[in-house]
Parts: sequence; structure tokens; C-alpha cells
Amino acid sequence: MALPRSFGLGALLVVLAVLPAILPNDFYLDVAIRMAINAVVVIGLNLLIGYTGQISLGHAGFLGIGAYASAILTANYGWPSAAAMLAGAIGSGGLALLVARPILRLKGHYLAMATLGLGIIISIVLVNEVALTGGPDGMSVPNFSLFGFEIASEQAWYWVVAVLLLGTTWLALNLIDSPAGRALQAIHGSEIAARVAGIDTTAAKVRIFVLSAVLTSIMGSVTAHYLAFVTPTLSDFFHSIALVTMVVIGGMASIYGSLLGAVLLTALPQVLAGLEGGETVVFGLILIVTMIFLPRGLVPSLALRRLALRRRRA
Amino acid sequence: MSLLAVSHLTREFGGVKAVDDVSFQIEAGTIHAVIGPNGAGKTTLFNLITGVYTPSSGTMRFAGTEANHQPPERLARLGMSRTFQNLQICMNMSAIANVMVGAHLRLNHGLFAGMFHLPTLRRADRACREEAAELMRFVGVGAYIDAHASEMPYGALKRLEIARSLAAKPKLLLLDEPAAGLNDSETHEVDALIQKLPPAGVTVVLVEHDMKLVMNISDRILVLNYGRRLAEGTPREIRENPDVIAAYLGTGG
Amino acid sequence: MSEFVQFMFSGVTSGAIYALAALGFALIYNASNVINFAQGEFIMLGGMAAAFFNAHGVPLMLAVPLAIAVTAIAGLLVEKLAIEPAKNADVTTLIIITIGVSLVMRGLVQIFLGKNTRPLPSFSGDAPFSALGATILPQSLWILATTLATVAALAWYFGRTRAGKAMLATSYNRLAAQLVGVNTRAVLLASFGLAAALGALGGVLVAPITGASYDSGIMLGMKGFVAATLGGLGSGMGAVAGGLLLGIVEAMTAGYLSSSYKDALPFVLILLVLFFLPNGLFGAKTTERV
Repeated sequence: MALPRSFGLGALLVVLAVLPAILPNDFYLDVAIRMAINAVVVIGLNLLIGYTGQISLGHAGFLGIGAYASAILTANYGWPSAAAMLAGAIGSGGLALLVARPILRLKGHYLAMATLGLGIIISIVLVNEVALTGGPDGMSVPNFSLFGFEIASEQAWYWVVAVLLLGTTWLALNLIDSPAGRALQAIHGSEIAARVAGIDTTAAKVRIFVLSAVLTSIMGSVTAHYLAFVTPTLSDFFHSIALVTMVVIGGMASIYGSLLGAVLLTALPQVLAGLEGGETVVFGLILIVTMIFLPRGLVPSLALRRLALRRRRA
Repeated sequence: MSLLAVSHLTREFGGVKAVDDVSFQIEAGTIHAVIGPNGAGKTTLFNLITGVYTPSSGTMRFAGTEANHQPPERLARLGMSRTFQNLQICMNMSAIANVMVGAHLRLNHGLFAGMFHLPTLRRADRACREEAAELMRFVGVGAYIDAHASEMPYGALKRLEIARSLAAKPKLLLLDEPAAGLNDSETHEVDALIQKLPPAGVTVVLVEHDMKLVMNISDRILVLNYGRRLAEGTPREIRENPDVIAAYLGTGG
Repeated sequence: MSEFVQFMFSGVTSGAIYALAALGFALIYNASNVINFAQGEFIMLGGMAAAFFNAHGVPLMLAVPLAIAVTAIAGLLVEKLAIEPAKNADVTTLIIITIGVSLVMRGLVQIFLGKNTRPLPSFSGDAPFSALGATILPQSLWILATTLATVAALAWYFGRTRAGKAMLATSYNRLAAQLVGVNTRAVLLASFGLAAALGALGGVLVAPITGASYDSGIMLGMKGFVAATLGGLGSGMGAVAGGLLLGIVEAMTAGYLSSSYKDALPFVLILLVLFFLPNGLFGAKTTERV
């Protein structure tokens, strides 16, 4: 049913490799980089929401922690960028670990409320700690450098995020086809059946929550260095919703769906730019219409349709 | 020594004793049935034994260890598995992946091992997939090895659940109404399947309403009524027990 | 002391608005198990519509009911066009749909009514008076009195009328309600209309104090959700208690501790409550059957 892993990864590799050659200018390259950054975050989030069945409406908070850890530690304290990124990842992971147990005990709307609250609190802290974060105006971030090499040009950033995306896709595809990944999906399917099979469901949920938080934080650091500027909007409720929407539109429990969701919803504001207020309306309509007519999201819905067609022919 | 020894197990729900001071033992290598009228506390008893509910009082020994107040995942490590009266199949997964979930504890289920598909894990996982396919054939759902769980009919799903619990290689398997909702020929197949388990090293406890099936295959039968133990013995003893007859005919109990 | 009374009063005032929003969440949740993320937009629409009508010459006495009616119709449309077609969808899908609805509403209001904050006159003058050493706006009394009357009316509706009892029955057990002849689809539709009207009522009540703006619905909606969760999702009295509690704690924090973290407080509060009471303060404990 699913494409062989090597085929999908190969196709992704080819697309990523030829893209810079066919994109007409840096504007498109910039959009491609944003797509790739979002895609990595969305893959991590899909492992949590789509595969394990645990919603998070606050993941942009971890994006904010990573971004501001990098911004503050490199700009104000002169830390090496890699160390700052690591510190952000540890901070996000630590926070996720701290709250995961009580939060992931919750189900349905209560879980949605708790994760939403967590994200909003982080966002409000970033807005209010003006001395440290620059408040709503944001702050600028130095270039990312490692062993004396600086990543500054769009080209360089493109290759960095392309490698990150390819690596994340590979790891995620591996994971879902492993005992650990099946355990996550079993939690989604039937938590009690998973426990009877010996799966420590609490520990498994905590681990995937922390993993996705760390991945999100790292991409927050990447975003901060790439944009050379961060504002608290990176961590706000709308960004969290945008990320969840990418998961859902592309397809729950579908890695390639995450890619597609990130690509489509990153492109959308570019297409709709200039429509004052209209952008919001169209965005909202797309959410509603997709969820009503393709509730599984694009990739799984299309895969099912193809399967049904093949069955009918056979 | 018995594989499972339950003594004075009690569970109250808001003042009502769903299971009331029940004691019994299960010998390894046998098939043990739990029967009783509707609401007698059979499923509650299963939920207590498998750690889904915590008992209000009472103790339990399983496989040589004290197993009081242990959650299901801990009991699974000791070799206990079960199926459910209302199916608990993961409809978001393929049929064979459902069975492979049963083998969770026997595989390296670390996140990093999974993400990097370490060669040892890849080999073990491939072997596990073959075993799972073999188990699916064993329980009679070999036709669905390439299917998604959501495409399977009810009767096949019941057996898929048995295959999943067998994948854990349990010492003790609790089957909650394995024949419920099945037609005659399917019931016969399940009947034959259950009888194959003790020789393969799996002790069976089952809750079942189908008396013919119970009388045919059980070594011992425990009868519950209003949460209490009414009788215990061989099928013949139970069939001739006046208390049991009275309870089933509704004249007392 | 007078300081405390002042904070208490402003807390109860904003708490009343949160309670109205929370009641809207509870109504819809009971009828459909949907958490309506667009609830805050009903509040926004109520305030914006009233301000718009009033600015175009409609007297306040007429603009307010008109705005509530318009919002109630918007609520019915939302149910018909976005919720009903998605029946049987899972929780995440429904959350996304209502978020989509809130974006559409906000966008449309922005397009047709503009981005500026619109004023709405107070219902009976702006001259504050003092009581117990605190300064009180007449509009605050309007808010309290109207909320009190609304809660009483709802209690009567659900306790005494056939239609109200049908809605209540649907929330307990939809199938059983259907079997005894309750039109559960009509109940769902009505709950959206009623929730929208409640939201709009909150919106027109608070607009004379804060003004109305296309983006004011988000925070109010969130706080209504927090209040509803605090009280235990689906509990009407819980929603009211949760709203008042939230308003008071918020006002006390802003007054005595830090006003910049006022907006974070509801979320800290809800996290603490959920950590220790996973079903809210008044929610029933449920046991899963397998």
C-alpha cells in the first residue's frame, strides 16, 4: 500500500537536489527554506498527534524557546551558536519532560486545553520579558557559525535545511516501522490493548512528546538564525494552530502528508498576500472544506481512493 | 504450585460489590472457564486479574510472584495476556502490525533503535513479522496477512486479537467471550483453536456464554453469581450442582 | 480594604463576561461534544455589530438586540454549514473546523467592518459612582444584572421547559433522547444559536468598557474555554463558577502582583487545576469500560 521507503526517500532526495537549479530567484528559495523548516516540525508533531493520537495546540511554544535561546545566548552572551541551540533543545526537552506526565494523562479536549495553555504561557513570557527578549518588537540574531564556517547565504541555508529534512524524514519513516513506532500507533488505536501487550503507555507518550519538543526547538533555533530576527509571534497560538493544521491537512499518521501539508500551507500566505483580511477568510475556508470532505487529510485520502480504484479493477 | 492464585478478591463500585470475596487457583496447562448469569462479575473479575481495575481488597499470586495492584503492562512482563469482550483492535494499523504489537516486550522498542533501524533490530523485526504471519495462519486469519485491520470482518478480528495476545508468548491467556457474535462454524474453529493452546504451553482462562463450548473444552469451571463464587469443579460436577442449576433457572441464588 | 473591594468588583465584572462565554462552550459541548473555538468570535461579532448599527443611527436600545439576533443567526449558519456536514468526525478534526470558522468570521468582520476599534456608548451614562470605597461604572452593574438574569433564565429554561429538558436529555444520552422522540439535530442547531446569542450578549455588554475590535474575540474565547474547563466541561453551574473564579483571580493578580502577566494567569490556573484534578473542579469522574 505505502510506497517502498527507499523509493520515497529517493524521490525526495532528487526533488531537494534539483530544486535550487530550477527556482528562478532567492524569493522562491526563501519560500522553499520556510517550507522545509515547517516540514521538519510538522513531521515531529505528526508523530505525536497523528501516530500517537495526542493533540498539542502549543508546539509553537517550543519553537519560541529554541529561537529565543539561540537569539539571547548568542546575541547577549556571546555563546557559540551550536551551544545555544543545544541549550534551547535541552530547555525545551526539560520543560516537556516536566509537564509531560501530568499533561498526557489528560484526554481529548482537556489535553487540547492544557497544551494550548502551555504554548500561550511561553508566548506571553517572551512578550513580557522585554529586557531579555526585546518584547513584541523582537530582537536580531547573529549568523550561525560552526568551526569557523558561517551559514549566511540563502543557498547555504537551503542545503542545511534540505539535509535536516531528508534526515528527519528517514528517521521518522524508520521509527513508524519499528517496535517503538508500532507501540505509539497502538496507543492511538487502543490504549488498553497497548498496555496489555506490555507497552508502558505513559512512558511512550512522554518520550514522543519530548522528542517532538526537542525537534521543534532545534528548528526554532534554525529559524532564528535563518531569519536573523525573532519576534514572539513565532511562538503564538496562531503558529501552533498553523502547525497542527499542516499535520491535519496533509494527513494524520502520514509522513509524506506532513511534507505536503507544510508545503501547501507555507505557500498559501504567499499566494494570498495582499488580500487584507481575505487571507484569513480563505485560510479558514480551506481548513473547513478540507476537514469536511477529506477528514483524513490529503495523502491518506488519496491513497485510499487509489487503493479502492485498484480493488475495483482487480 | 498453581500458575495463578487469587484469594478473597473484592471490588466495589459505589457500595455495590461487583466481585465479592472470590478465591480460586489455576493450574498450568489447563483450560479454566468462568461462567455465570449476566452481571455476575465475570468481566470485572478479568479486569481485576489483568490489572485494568485495582481490587478493593484481596491478593493475587501469578507465576510465582506477588502480583497485587500491578498495572497491565507489568503483568504482561510476568507472562499474562488477554482479549476483550468488545474488541480492542487498533483500527489505525495493518492486521499484521496489530499482531506484532503483541510481541512488543520481546523486541528492542527503544526510540533510537527504531529511528536508526539498527541491523540487529531489523533482523529481529523481520523474524517477528514472519512469526506474526504464522500466528495469523494458526488462528485462521491467514487470508488477511496483507490486509488493514479496518477491512476485516468481526469474526476475523476476534481471532486477530487472539493472535496478538499469543504473539506475547504468554504463560496465561484470558479470553473474554471469544465466541460471542460468531456463527456456529466460527465457534467450532475457535473451540478447536483454544484446545490447541495448553499443549503449546499456554494456560487458558475464558469467560464464555456458549455452554456447549465451555463444557466441551474446559478442565475446570468457576461459577459466579452476584459477584460471589457459587461453585467450582469439573464440567460434570458443575452440570450436576444443584446451586448452579438453581441459579441458571432463576429460582434462587 | 477599598482597594480589595475595587479589585473584587472588577474581577466579578469580567468574570461575568467569562461566565457567559463559558456557558456558550458548555451548551455546545453538551449538545455535540464539540469545543467551539469560534465562541470568542461570537463575542466579538456581538460587540462589533452593535457598535456598527449604533454608529449608523440605530438607537442603542435597538442595536443591542439586533446585534444579538445577527450573531445568533451566524451561530445557526456555522452549525448548518460547518458542523453538521462533518458529523462523526473525531475531536481533532472538529477542533480544526471550529478554528477555521473563527478565522473566517474574523476575516469577514475585518473586511466589512474594518480594523479599527469601534466604540459603543454605555447603556446608562459613564458617570462612575462610589460604593464601599470603590469606584464603579454603571456599565458594570448592567453586566452583573444581565448576567444574573441570563443565568436565572437558563436555569428556568433547562429545569422547567420541554425544550430545555430535551436539550439536557440529549447531553446525557443522545441515543436515549432520540428514542423518546427528541429531535437531536434541532437540539444541536439550537445550542449553536443559543451559544452565539450568549456570546453576543457578553460582547455588547463589555463593548462600552473595552470597545469592540475584530481581533478581540481570541483572548475572550480562550478565557471562556478556560472558565468552562475549570468548572468541568459541560457543567452549566461549573461554567458560571469557573468564569467568576477566573475573573476574580485575574483581577487580584493584576492588582496585587503583576498586570503584565494578567493574561498568562488563566492558563497557569488551568494547568494547575488539570494537573491535580484532570476533570476540572466540578467535573464527574468517569471510569472507562472495556
